[in-house]
Amino acid sequence: MSILVTPDTKVLIQGITGSFGARHAKLSLDYGTKVVAGVTPGKGGQLFEGQVPIFDTVEQAVRETGATVSAVFVPPPFAADAILEGVDAGLELVVTITEGIPVIDMMRVKHAMKDSKTRLIGPNCPGLVTPGTGEKSHGGCRIGIAPGYIHKKGNVGVVSRSGTLTYEAVWQLTTRGYGQSTCVGIGGDPINGTSHLDVLKMFNEDPETEAIIMIGEIGGTAEEEAAAWAAQHCKKPIAGFIAGATAPEGRRMGHAGAIVSGGQGTAESKIEAFRASGIEVAETPSDMADALIRRMKRS
Amino acid sequence: MNIHEFQARELFAEFGVATQPGKVANTPAEAETVATGLSGGKLVVKAQIHAGGRGKGTFKNGFKGGVHLCDSPTEAKDLASKMLGQVLVTHQTGPEGKEVGKVFVGEAVDIARELYFAILIDRATSAPVVIASTEGGVDIETVAEKTPEKILRLSINPFLGIMPYQTRLIAASLGLTGPLMNQASKLFTNLYNLFIARDCSMVEVNPLVVTQDGRLMALDAKFNFDDNALYRQPGIVAMRDVTEEDPREVEASKHSLNYIGLDGNIACLVNGAGLAMATMDIIQHAGGSPANFLDVGGGASKEQVASAFRIILADPLVKGILVNIFGGIMDCDVIAHGIVEAAKETGLSIPLVVRLEGNNVEAGKKTLASSGLKLESGENILDAAKKIVAAVKAAA
Repeated sequence: MSILVTPDTKVLIQGITGSFGARHAKLSLDYGTKVVAGVTPGKGGQLFEGQVPIFDTVEQAVRETGATVSAVFVPPPFAADAILEGVDAGLELVVTITEGIPVIDMMRVKHAMKDSKTRLIGPNCPGLVTPGTGEKSHGGCRIGIAPGYIHKKGNVGVVSRSGTLTYEAVWQLTTRGYGQSTCVGIGGDPINGTSHLDVLKMFNEDPETEAIIMIGEIGGTAEEEAAAWAAQHCKKPIAGFIAGATAPEGRRMGHAGAIVSGGQGTAESKIEAFRASGIEVAETPSDMADALIRRMKRS
Repeated sequence: MNIHEFQARELFAEFGVATQPGKVANTPAEAETVATGLSGGKLVVKAQIHAGGRGKGTFKNGFKGGVHLCDSPTEAKDLASKMLGQVLVTHQTGPEGKEVGKVFVGEAVDIARELYFAILIDRATSAPVVIASTEGGVDIETVAEKTPEKILRLSINPFLGIMPYQTRLIAASLGLTGPLMNQASKLFTNLYNLFIARDCSMVEVNPLVVTQDGRLMALDAKFNFDDNALYRQPGIVAMRDVTEEDPREVEASKHSLNYIGLDGNIACLVNGAGLAMATMDIIQHAGGSPANFLDVGGGASKEQVASAFRIILADPLVKGILVNIFGGIMDCDVIAHGIVEAAKETGLSIPLVVRLEGNNVEAGKKTLASSGLKLESGENILDAAKKIVAAVKAAA
């Protein structure tokens, strides 16, 4: 098994006719992912790439195709509405790729979702990949914008706030012969649906995941919380990397959530928390897979 | 995005948050006019720059202090003439200082008590949180460290907003009783409404003061706005003062590049924010010093690479460039062509190390190698960082 999604997961794309959504919907189809529906209000009845039916509402798409997961590519002013539409349609998982959603909108979304069964991943995230068994991991479930071919089916779980750092870690693992169970980008915003800790718990329960790479960055205290939990409960070897040690205080480093303020959220604090929890710390981004291999050999 | 003190007061006026009467002035004559229109008591003249520490700052013309009290409109005019057009240096401006283009002229306030009140978005609860303290006029981080019991934190339900009982609870904890409690309720409610309506990420009123004659008012305030929400806040965008920002960052924002200037000498150009931070870190790890944070976006188009090169090279401190691209979906060869074109177009004369990885990387490396440019390739990020640090040291 993997976590969150399998190669059989039926996926719908909200915003499938926008250039960004369309491009990545096509790449997911090419990867072998079961993209069963698209949603663009006003374009219901059309077909995407001659094969994927487009609906006006998520409710219709779910009813007609049985999709359980959506990827949101809707522009920031309309993204909060799109997420809640997916929640209301009873989706299991809503993966929000959109970058630049106002924080107050996300605050309301998060509170509105409190009693729903839907899990939100993102926003401002690369999405997730459960690699397939075909050549270059073809046949897997790719939701979002990650390059599919860098993956390889296997037993390492990856969780990260950053897209390209996830790709670095995955590529390092793949080129060293270590495949992945599932790779999850949780996003770079200060308010997100799923935390490092949520994903760690899932990896810990997943029989297919044997080791974990956790990638964090400055801002907030989510990495510290995940590390503290891991020290007590996680049976599997973990390697970690934290970006942003040289970032000046009070500046947002690209990601809306990557900011050190009032002495909180520093790289030092997170690295220290990792070390205290027995997580092998990668010294540089080139060292992520090797750090995990070191940690695995030790246990 | 940040705003000036006088702009914060304009927002207060719009939302009914009590503050000291006064107005902004662009010239000494205007300062005199504003002062004449006030109540006739003591006056305060304050230099308008974004940086803190104005009161203790010094002007480059030798005049001390960016905040002064005086007794008459003529004196206000004289003070304004010593500040306007002059460069004020404070502990937050750096030695180069900031030119003062405007002053705020207001009624001086006889302070009885100084308090602290702030609203921000709490990441842990995904909700607004109010932070209040009886210890105003000082740095709140110091209060939090030394006397944490003097800080009240109160979470606000984002759907209900701040409830009247919560405003009374805060007032009571600040010792605001009798008629002051009603004033406090009104001020806290209006400030919360302002916070939400204008998409703030933080409003900090420090100090919130009780005057000798029993009025509660916001004496100074710091605002931060959510950059993601600026598209729906035209009034806030209009308050942006680009002269307060790093010119390198202003130029980069015109090209939709995520750039933050630092004071090192090795520039970096990276795709993705996380990788860009990690690249700065690794430059330091290899013994160098990063000149900037620069994320050209996960996609990294040829045009963005070219404008990024121009911005980097416009910085005279930069003595070497490290390009670090993970071409996941983008073809590395297309990126390589973009780098070569940009380097040739800008007449690159400083060391350049490129580390490419990902889709069609072999073709990309060939394009770089056969470009005729003096550049090195890095095998991995660490190797690339070591090479650029060595090249910059050798050239120095």
